[in-house]
Amino acid sequence: MRFLVKRIALMIPTLIGITIISFTVMKMAPGDPTSLMTDLNPNMNEEAVKRIRAHYGLDQPWSIQYFKWLRNMAVLDFGRSFAPDNRPVIDKIAERIPITLLINILSMVLIFSVAIPIGVMSAVKQDSMFDRVSSLIVFIGFAIPTFWLALLMMILFGVKLDWLPISGFRSLNYSHLSSVGRILDIGKHLIMPIFVSAFGGLAGMSRYMRSNMLEVIRQDYITTARAKGLDERTVIFKHAFRNALLPVITILGLSVPGLIGGSVIFETIFAIPGMGQLFYQSVMMRDYPTIMGILVIGAALTLVGNLLADLLYSWADPRIRVSD
Amino acid sequence: MAYKKTLLIVTLILLAVCLGCNEKSAETSPAGEGNIATESNPSSVTMSGPSYGDMLINGSIGDASVLLPVLASDSASGEINNLIYNGLVKYDKDINLVGELAEKWDVSEDKLKIRFFLKKDVKWHDGKPFTAKDIEYTYKVYVDPKTPTAYSTDFLKVKELHVIDDYTVKVVYDKPYAPALGSWGQGILPSHLLEGKDITESPLKRNPVGTGPYKFGEWVTGEKITVNSFHDYFEGRPYIDRVMTRIIPDLATMFLELKALSIDQMGLTPLQYVRQTNTKWFNDNFNKYKYLGFGYSYLGYNLQDWKFKDRRVRQALTMAIDRESIVQGVLLGLGAVTDTPYKPDTYWYNQNVKKFPYDPEKAKQMLAEAGWKDTNNEGVLVKDGKPFEFTIITNHGNDIRKNAAIIIQRDLKKVGIKVSIRVIEWAAFLKNFINKRNFEACLLGWGIGIDPSQIDIWNSKKTGESELNFINYQNPEVDKLLDLGASTYDREERKKYYDKFQEIIAEDQPYTFLFVQYALPIINSRFHGIEPAPIGIGYNFTKWYVPKPLQKYTIQP
Repeated sequence: MRFLVKRIALMIPTLIGITIISFTVMKMAPGDPTSLMTDLNPNMNEEAVKRIRAHYGLDQPWSIQYFKWLRNMAVLDFGRSFAPDNRPVIDKIAERIPITLLINILSMVLIFSVAIPIGVMSAVKQDSMFDRVSSLIVFIGFAIPTFWLALLMMILFGVKLDWLPISGFRSLNYSHLSSVGRILDIGKHLIMPIFVSAFGGLAGMSRYMRSNMLEVIRQDYITTARAKGLDERTVIFKHAFRNALLPVITILGLSVPGLIGGSVIFETIFAIPGMGQLFYQSVMMRDYPTIMGILVIGAALTLVGNLLADLLYSWADPRIRVSD
Repeated sequence: MAYKKTLLIVTLILLAVCLGCNEKSAETSPAGEGNIATESNPSSVTMSGPSYGDMLINGSIGDASVLLPVLASDSASGEINNLIYNGLVKYDKDINLVGELAEKWDVSEDKLKIRFFLKKDVKWHDGKPFTAKDIEYTYKVYVDPKTPTAYSTDFLKVKELHVIDDYTVKVVYDKPYAPALGSWGQGILPSHLLEGKDITESPLKRNPVGTGPYKFGEWVTGEKITVNSFHDYFEGRPYIDRVMTRIIPDLATMFLELKALSIDQMGLTPLQYVRQTNTKWFNDNFNKYKYLGFGYSYLGYNLQDWKFKDRRVRQALTMAIDRESIVQGVLLGLGAVTDTPYKPDTYWYNQNVKKFPYDPEKAKQMLAEAGWKDTNNEGVLVKDGKPFEFTIITNHGNDIRKNAAIIIQRDLKKVGIKVSIRVIEWAAFLKNFINKRNFEACLLGWGIGIDPSQIDIWNSKKTGESELNFINYQNPEVDKLLDLGASTYDREERKKYYDKFQEIIAEDQPYTFLFVQYALPIINSRFHGIEPAPIGIGYNFTKWYVPKPLQKYTIQP
């Protein structure tokens, strides 16, 4: 319990440190939110530029800007976007999180449910035909450029066969559909994006699982289990597999922040308005409050994810609990 | 309706951001392929005339940011705002200034006062009448120091504005300012919904109310924006019931959506126009159009750099660059070489300026006259012991510019000049290179406003940091001519000044003017009534229609 309190207390300075670094790096990048509107615009005069800068508080020193931001942050006020829409940052993030979360969770489920069996099988039948072919396929997935695969699939399934919609995540008549129709509609739109994003992630997970499994299989207790006369199935699934799964908890913990981070590339290609696009656009526009908002949420989730992984680990693995 | 305001503000930024800057502003070529293709479905055309209904789905690479013209400076918002709002004046299909919300206007003898007489039957989308109060409010918002707008400059020149009665407004200027009339094309805002409120937090930003042909429907961030026809529009109900703009950030995806018939209109790249849409299927289902866009690309020389101080050197550089082959190679022929900073097919363009056509031999000769000779036979010209080499910088993300720079590099190598190319991210490009004058030559583009005033780019005094005369062009005669042009209302007299200005610029060659690109919209052939004109195709959008038998979507209210 004391351990938990200490861990959480340590998170606060870490988080503040992260925000200071992010803020500084962001400010060091050339250009500011007004550049897009004012630079090389014949309609702009100096006074107008000053007015706009003052409106966003950019005429003050960095340190003051940072402390103002931090003070608002302390009461969870993310501020308003510097983009011309000037909307609350939290609204902009909130409207994009559901779709990003949905895609990431589905794609993670797909990765885990395909990569873990592949990894286990490859380890058990090390250097077999299956091991080689599956390695080849997952590495092709890893190496293939997302945008290229996406375009090929769109041409095949969207234009030639006309089975799946090409982009977006809802049809135009979405609001006139029944609730079952809506789920099917979103599902149809998400098949390609999820496949594309999961395909690239298979390699990492399956190789990780494979090496875990190989390590476990060489342990003495597996030899013992075999010596006891247990059949191979029980040895692999009851003894080896469960132990090989333990490190996956760490991966799960580390994936928590990734759940809200989208991918610019496939969101752009598939025209899905997710977090990746929002972050990319904010960076390009130097929309400081939005960038900071996303970074803070990401940083907080990383810390929480780590904490969760630690807790889960000590829960699942008695060895760690004892040594603690 | 689309052009009046956006044109004034089509800046370099837009050119940099949207490579295919298409429907923005356009000028027709006399025999666009579209005119022919329109006839592909003749039976249905004769069967039925204009009829109401159907929906047009547009593809846009960016989402709108804010649907109030005073705050929006991006082209995606501009497109939507043009359907929702009106200005006092607009440019008609032949690029003449005509009244939109103003019935007529008169300009006083001393050119200092303009009186606008407003149309009386105009209604806001919420049914309230449009009056002079709205003009007064709009003006106040534009000049309010608290409004973060990019368009205050023209309005700050107004000395005072008087509301004479509900339908008459008088505007007074300090000195005669010819672009003033055109500046009243900015979208007029509803005072009854905004007066006394903070415009930056107004709900109208995402739920606008205007006087235009379309009223706001729905905006799903990052996905789509729909507008519906306004039945009480003062110029008559538009035929097309709904316009939907789908946000598809990737041009390749957008093209596939077009092929799947999921969108009706987009701007093509030259490659798509020439190579990918020349099939029978495309000709049956789509019409393509082609106009010179309102913008040009140029190679600008930093005139503070000793190499470029001599006018003969700059003229020789222009002669050494095969601009025609840039148009052929980079734009696949879909552009026109230009010699002045105006659009070649408009009133203001001066055909008779001195031209420097491709002639590498003569270029070499002129460079030799200026002291640049290949004395050590290494293939590079030398003067005062220094070789002729320089770097062209351009911004990242614009392949057309990058490829043009490569061709220039090849051409200049032939006359003995060594060119390097550096491509830099936009913000760093401006901040660290252009604004600091830290460059030798830059490849960039300018938007061409409908009004010919170009003081900001060429005036000798506009050379401060982040001002637009970043090549440091100094010519007192040009300053005088541009000032005269801006204060002269008479069109013919004005043209004289700008003609002379172009002659001087062409002689001085501070830029090598490269090309004007064609805008290349493609539109589903079920849409009829599209009549290309000097200003483009969008000017009569409210008169486009789909004959009843061809209508694809039924609009459920």
